[in-house]
Amino acid sequence: MADMASVADNVMRFFRSSSNQTAAPAVPQKRTRRSSGMAEISQLLNTREGLCVLDLGPTSASNIRYFIDKGHKNYSEDLLYSSLDPALRIKDNEGNSVVDSKTFIAENLVYENCQFDVVLCWNLPDYMEESLVKPTIDRLWSVMKPGGVLLAFFHTRDAGPDSICYRYHVSDSDILQMQEVKFALPGHPDSEKQSPRLQRVFNNRHIENLFHDYASIKFFLARDAIREVLVVR
Amino acid sequence: MNAPLTKELANIGKSIVVKGELSGSEDLYVEGTVEGKIELRNGNLTVGPYGNVKADVIAKAVVVQGKLNGTINASERVELQKSAVMSGDVTSPHVAIEEGASLHGKVDVQSPPGKTAGPASS
Repeated sequence: MADMASVADNVMRFFRSSSNQTAAPAVPQKRTRRSSGMAEISQLLNTREGLCVLDLGPTSASNIRYFIDKGHKNYSEDLLYSSLDPALRIKDNEGNSVVDSKTFIAENLVYENCQFDVVLCWNLPDYMEESLVKPTIDRLWSVMKPGGVLLAFFHTRDAGPDSICYRYHVSDSDILQMQEVKFALPGHPDSEKQSPRLQRVFNNRHIENLFHDYASIKFFLARDAIREVLVVR
Repeated sequence: MNAPLTKELANIGKSIVVKGELSGSEDLYVEGTVEGKIELRNGNLTVGPYGNVKADVIAKAVVVQGKLNGTINASERVELQKSAVMSGDVTSPHVAIEEGASLHGKVDVQSPPGKTAGPASS
């Protein structure tokens, strides 16, 4: 019982506290933002045919429609949700509860090498457990084609610890609809849906180190405390 | 004068577990568990809210309201409704995904020979 409680505690720290907030609406509201990174990816999608796109956010019907209407293949995998599976937690040598990154990588992102032309990470690195971020980015390098592009969003230092985790829906070539993410723990569908918690704020040096193996990196700064990063494999 | 033919609907109830290959030419509604392969070349498959299918599916149209783990190859359409939890690749000329559905896999809109592909919808 004590072990189960500690596992639950370790998982719950990934969710934002809702005790001081007003009741969440029945349907998460959507905002919009203009995305320079998405504009560049849309240009790529409009000029080439038959690309393979990997979307690492929660399932988005509009994203699937956007990509396949342009004649591309869309793959969906909600990696953040998968990373919260309590079954992934193990004890390290000092008895601390950590996520088994090897099992996580073995069970997720199971694709052939050099498969994807476009990878949409969205805000995944900001909300994912620390020990999984670098292995995930390294694995994405393997499954991307040379010259493939990856888009990721990082909060700047101005973002507070309770920054809302959004799901991004592509509504136009450079316009994203933002929908607050809330989900129950994997394997516990009846548990209360909560929002993931911002785990860290990367600075530019951290981001460059994270994508060290990639060929090039481009930053786009926006007014909403989000830094868009477009990297080329 | 012959009586009009009624469309038969096969039903796998909640408590039923089937392991193996299912094939036929009529519609199938699954509320139980099916593991293996489902082939309904001229029929439609519906996985009900409590259905749990771990199989590769070939059918005319597929509607998923429950769980499906496997590939779907539908000659007409695939519909993932809001309670659907789908893990596997979907290939069909027309794919509709409701908000709330969960998909882990590929969506490939391919047109059968002689037809143009339809757009995806939500």
